[in-house]
Amino acid sequence: MTTNLLRWIPLLPLIGAVLNIFFGGRWGKKFAGILASAAVLGSFLISLRVFTLLSPTGVLRDTLYTWIESEPFKAQVSFQADALTAVMLLVITGIGFLIHLYSTGYMAHDEGEARYFAYLNLFVFFMSVLVLADNLLLLFVGWEGVGLCSFLLVGFWFEDPANTTAGNKAFIVNRIGDFGFLLGMLLLFWEMNRLGVPSLDFAALQETAARIPPDSVVLVTLLFFIGATGKSAQIPLYVWLPDAMQGPTPVSALIHAATMVTAGVYLTARLNFLFALAPWTLSLIAIVGAATALLAGTIAVAQNDIKRVLAYSTVSQLGYMFLAAGVGAFSAAIFHLFTHAFFKACLFLGAGSVMHAMSGEQDMRKMGGLRRRLPVTYWTYLIAALALAGIPPTAGFFSKDRILLEAYSSPHGSVVLWFVGWITAGLTAFYMFRQLFMVFHGTSRAEESVQSRIHESPPAMTVPLIVLALGSITAGWVALPSRDVWDPWLQAVLRAGNPVEHGAAVNETLLVGLTVAIAVIGIALAYFVYGRQRRIAEEGPLWRVLAHKYYIDELYDFVFVRPFTAAANWLARAFDPRLVDGAVNGIAGLVRGISASGRRLQSGNVQHYLFAFLLGTILIFVFWLRR
Amino acid sequence: MTQAPLEYYLVLSAVLFAIGVAGVVIRRDVIVILMSIELMLNAVNLTFIAFSRFLGSVEGQVIVFFVMTVAAAEAVVGLAIMISVFRFRQTLDPRDMQLLKW
Repeated sequence: MTTNLLRWIPLLPLIGAVLNIFFGGRWGKKFAGILASAAVLGSFLISLRVFTLLSPTGVLRDTLYTWIESEPFKAQVSFQADALTAVMLLVITGIGFLIHLYSTGYMAHDEGEARYFAYLNLFVFFMSVLVLADNLLLLFVGWEGVGLCSFLLVGFWFEDPANTTAGNKAFIVNRIGDFGFLLGMLLLFWEMNRLGVPSLDFAALQETAARIPPDSVVLVTLLFFIGATGKSAQIPLYVWLPDAMQGPTPVSALIHAATMVTAGVYLTARLNFLFALAPWTLSLIAIVGAATALLAGTIAVAQNDIKRVLAYSTVSQLGYMFLAAGVGAFSAAIFHLFTHAFFKACLFLGAGSVMHAMSGEQDMRKMGGLRRRLPVTYWTYLIAALALAGIPPTAGFFSKDRILLEAYSSPHGSVVLWFVGWITAGLTAFYMFRQLFMVFHGTSRAEESVQSRIHESPPAMTVPLIVLALGSITAGWVALPSRDVWDPWLQAVLRAGNPVEHGAAVNETLLVGLTVAIAVIGIALAYFVYGRQRRIAEEGPLWRVLAHKYYIDELYDFVFVRPFTAAANWLARAFDPRLVDGAVNGIAGLVRGISASGRRLQSGNVQHYLFAFLLGTILIFVFWLRR
Repeated sequence: MTQAPLEYYLVLSAVLFAIGVAGVVIRRDVIVILMSIELMLNAVNLTFIAFSRFLGSVEGQVIVFFVMTVAAAEAVVGLAIMISVFRFRQTLDPRDMQLLKW
């Protein structure tokens, strides 16, 4: 079915971005936020309409124009919406709108408001292009575009060099992943072309996938997974995400928690028919996902920056999603993506609200006792934290539980994967409630000047918090055991990966009980250590290693960054001046040397010129006569 | 009275032209160089007139008038430049007027 409704979902935010770039400064600061929010609200309403038009097997199409035509290859700017895209669109535009709304309050005191909202709208544009694309090339446009917006927004307060450095790091690390994506795409096209289907449309890929040689499929999926590790912050490319917290907090909520970082999960789900043909890649994805979940979960325990805890938590939860994708449960991965978007956005916005009240303070050791001063923030934060910890009946319970169930029972799953995920679930509960107790409970450890200015945030910020907190509870109810509408909705799109029957006979109740038990244990532990102010000494070798994030940044610095800069410096000192400059200056010197003798002819004496003129005339004359 | 043949005129014209060229190239005085240019122009004029007479056509004479007009204008401009150069540098030697080089 074709419709020209789809094009307006990305176009509205694009129009908003363009207007804000060119006129935002002139129309006043308040207007920039209203315009941007209205644009995203429009996209959300259209997305809702699209959702109602769709059936689980239906696909809406909207072709704009032919982008590249180079026989035999042809790429169109063409959008498609199926069940998976609809879910992603609702998350992107729905949560995107709430975060835009929140930003109008959060950024009200900032000079660059128009620039901020232009970037934010541009991000929504690229993100919706990413999920709406009906071929890999257009998806890649969105993929790169969101990376650009992430870079722009991480370094938004560019006066501080630390922010621009973080932006550069995000961009460069992502480039490594993008290179894998690009190679995967080229290899895939090469194989498709050999099979006589020179196309990168998803429909064509799905039909032809089974005919591609298995070795190539493994290689292609591995390359795509490298791309996904970059964008979705998995081992080994996760290091950029915690640093990306230098950006404004709503940006962290929208881009670095709810939407952009899930693009890698979306990619694997979108290409599930390809990944399903490469069991080897799937196992790797599951292992990487589980390892990332555990690694980031342990790091999060020892962080003191309110946003960094959440950042590592995001990395950890993304690990869960890849764990689910790796065991073939793509539907569970997307489910966790969906619920995670609610509670993680809520947590980030809550953290932003705390920072707003604390005059920008991010160190949790200088907080405490905010429960009474910021009641709305506290309650929403508590709900979202419960959801992240996976306590029933919140959304996180349903999605995390399903992932752990699949990790155990899926044909690709194993007890080890389940165990790692289970331990991580306990860690998640622990670090979240460590944070909650440190920030909101106990007595305040802030300075006097900060304390006197603590205030609850304006309604523009609290309303999104409340809506997201409600979502954090209810979003999981789409997949109640008694009435599951989630799997039937996505089944047609993700059918390739969904294990229909479970491999081992599982006692589901026992697994659920274990998961909830460890979450409760984690919370209880956090309460005894941090809630009752019985502060353990946060030191010792293990703590130091965790607080320094396993020295991974230092390792990368030592192994990659330093040799690279050293080589670059050597080239700049030795190679560049001698060879490059030498070649350029040498040619210039040669020309000058030749011309030094030639220019003597230009004596400036009119009579010399005339004599030369005469000789020339005579020569031509003689030549003409002798012909 | 017999008419002198055309060749005489042409030879005379060529000789005058050659003298003019030599003067332009050799002499060290700008005024003389200008005069030599006039000589060359008039050598050409002579050729035009001779052909006009021998071919019985009037076009050659017309062109001569044009050449004379142009030569007059050229002399005016040339002499004006010479005067201002002399005021400026107190010399008329072309070897002293070679600033426009390399």
